[in-house]
Amino acid sequence: MGEENIILRADNITKKFAGVTALNGVSLNVHRAKVNVIVGENGAGKSTLMKILSGVYPEYEGTLLLNGEKVNFSSPKEAMKSGIAIIHQELNLIPYLSITANIFLGREIVDSFGMLDFKKMNQMAKALLTRLECDVPPTTLVAKLRVGQQQQVEIAKALLEDAKVVIMDEPTSAITDAEVEVLFRIIATLKKQEVSILYISHKLEELFKIADRFIGLRDGKMVGTIENVSQAKKEDLIRLMVGRDIKNLYVKEDLPLGKEVLRVEGISLPKHTIKSEYLVKDVSFNLRRGEVLGIFGLMGAGRTELLETIFGLHSKTMVGDIYIDGQEIRITSAMDAVANGMGLVPEDRKADGLVLQMPIFKNISMASIDQIVKNGLLNSGLEMDLAHKYIGNLNVKTSSPGQKSENLSGGNQQKVVLAKWLASTPKILFLDEPTRGIDVNAKNEIYHLINNLAKEGLGVLVVSSELPEIMAICDRILVMGTSRITGEFSQKEATEDKIMNAAIL
Amino acid sequence: MDIKTTIIKFQSIIALFVLCVVLALMSDKFLTMENGWNIMRQISVNVCISVGMTLVILTRGIDLSVGSILAFSGAVAAGLLKFGIDMPSLNLYIGFTVFGAILGGFVVGGGLGLFNGWMITQFKVPPFVATLAMLTIARGATMLWTGGFPITGLGPNFAFIGTGWFLGIPMPVWITVIVVAIAVVITKKTKFGRYIYAIGGNESAARLSGLNINKIKIWVYAIAGILAAVGGIILTSRLDSAQPNAGFSYELDSIAAVVIGGTSLSGGRGSIMGTVQGALIIGVLNSGLVLLNVSPFWQQIIKGFVILIAVIMDRVNHPNED
Repeated sequence: MGEENIILRADNITKKFAGVTALNGVSLNVHRAKVNVIVGENGAGKSTLMKILSGVYPEYEGTLLLNGEKVNFSSPKEAMKSGIAIIHQELNLIPYLSITANIFLGREIVDSFGMLDFKKMNQMAKALLTRLECDVPPTTLVAKLRVGQQQQVEIAKALLEDAKVVIMDEPTSAITDAEVEVLFRIIATLKKQEVSILYISHKLEELFKIADRFIGLRDGKMVGTIENVSQAKKEDLIRLMVGRDIKNLYVKEDLPLGKEVLRVEGISLPKHTIKSEYLVKDVSFNLRRGEVLGIFGLMGAGRTELLETIFGLHSKTMVGDIYIDGQEIRITSAMDAVANGMGLVPEDRKADGLVLQMPIFKNISMASIDQIVKNGLLNSGLEMDLAHKYIGNLNVKTSSPGQKSENLSGGNQQKVVLAKWLASTPKILFLDEPTRGIDVNAKNEIYHLINNLAKEGLGVLVVSSELPEIMAICDRILVMGTSRITGEFSQKEATEDKIMNAAIL
Repeated sequence: MDIKTTIIKFQSIIALFVLCVVLALMSDKFLTMENGWNIMRQISVNVCISVGMTLVILTRGIDLSVGSILAFSGAVAAGLLKFGIDMPSLNLYIGFTVFGAILGGFVVGGGLGLFNGWMITQFKVPPFVATLAMLTIARGATMLWTGGFPITGLGPNFAFIGTGWFLGIPMPVWITVIVVAIAVVITKKTKFGRYIYAIGGNESAARLSGLNINKIKIWVYAIAGILAAVGGIILTSRLDSAQPNAGFSYELDSIAAVVIGGTSLSGGRGSIMGTVQGALIIGVLNSGLVLLNVSPFWQQIIKGFVILIAVIMDRVNHPNED
């Protein structure tokens, strides 16, 4: 590959945070009009590298060359002017402004009177949206869009600025499969238009569909590239990421099932706005001790809402009956749910799972603080014992239990949320997308953990939108179509086709 | 711990120390026992209110009504003590001892705080608005109760609370120390205290962990009300008079003490001892500026800048918070 085909070159980039080396002499090339995929575990330095390339971190050692010329961006805005745009995992749009207003934010077009030229901006926005296969009128408020559409607006922003390099950080983590298809078509189109893509994702399955080459990052170092994607196998990619073969990605032991621990009958949850429509409609199922029950569904099928409803978060509007150990229980709040032996590991661990500024040990004791109270006061000895126990059991990688939770990697944060619930010794554990945004190694640890919990006699309910995951770790799989249960399969009879066919019902 | 984090941790104490040294050099009246007790007595009311304010702010709330609640509970205590409850039409008269009158003040303060908490948790009224409403409600109630005139002549027993000495230490200082000590234990060593931090740090995570958010918040506002009543009784006793406009704008001094003490207005981070240091800085500054004959107008301007500097320092030390 000649020099002219390299649009962006990072040379010997080193970045340190308060003594911790996030990137250590990383050199890599971004090839022109190709999809360059960066793979690596969480904490490998991918995000740091992206932030340097897109001007978020202006200070670092080493050099960046754009089209062979040395550049140093002092801000994302400057990077964008030079043609490097980044689509963050968390989208940065203003909800109560229109699509057009968001696309043109900070670059508004004005007429000769200095007034906003809505007509022209809407026309241009419309043209950009059409290019992205998005048929929503540009005057629509962003708040009304689905996540996938919002992402398209972000991409439109980048295109408006005539970006030559588009960095995408986990773009498929929050969108539906249909939207993923659209995104991949957009990426293909962009490639034809000589745009270079730098793509980060944990979803190995999807990477082979779009990648032109892989770049491996491990522990802040560049460890190699795979240039010939068509010859590469999944195992090669995993070796590049973690540096060793993981023979068996998923494990699920066949365990004997115990008595029924949870049964729900006729659970429904009407929509807030339209009472005749339902987010969850007439869902009934049971869960036995020692069982891992999976709920698969596409985005918007109502999986999270179902868990929330059973957990007492929508007690004013829900209908249906909940039985725990055969006894009918009224659950009107999360408090009731916890008191009845349930735990919920939420989808968004940062927003709903952890108090990020609190140290690990305080998060672990949060849901079961009574066990560390002695003579009416919190006993730090008991609390530390509890923390050490679960940090050890779950293999949380941390310097000390006093470390702030916000400084942990995603996988370790998830383990702390799990530790919080395990410390409360629940009978029933709900896991909502337990491995979202977590690297392969930590994923595997969490699968083992789920298996062990079932072995100890917990009933585990796992919601996931990753098919291989749900097929591997669950004894039984319920499929949710729009708001209803549309299929049920045992692990043996489940195939990807059957599940997907039920999910689109 | 390196030097930088040590300095950050003790920056309020360092600021207080520097302030004292400077004032001691500029005025020979500053560093005397008499002036020391004066400052302590003066800040005692603010410290009591600010302890409650700290708890409220730690839950990511605010309480603008403390000044008015202070006035109303002080006036109720004074009124009960002096006049009792007298209803000739029912042929009813209830007299109050000092203890009974003080208890009456606490009930009023706690009750109004409870009302704040009820509005905030049950009707989802934002704390700013709910307590703003209470600010005018309680002030109006004070005017009604007093008829707009001070209630004075409350007797030596009642006056002892605000002006007496015990074991060589002024009574208001004793009361304040006890309030602070209890609050430190509650925040550091009890479940309730831990939950206050958890709610302020991430209310959603706290709710999903099974915490009774509403109950904790209602208690926090009730405690803020009771502590305002404590302040009201100290103030009324010291002046031997319940003034209808007592405690006017005290909520602002209180918020200032909390903020200077390093408690984050976005909740979840801060401490009672920080607030005590904040109140001390304000108290020492007030006293010093008076001793140096600085005009009261300038005093206000200086105080405003001290608040700004404190918050800027806090921002520099915690750059990642909203």
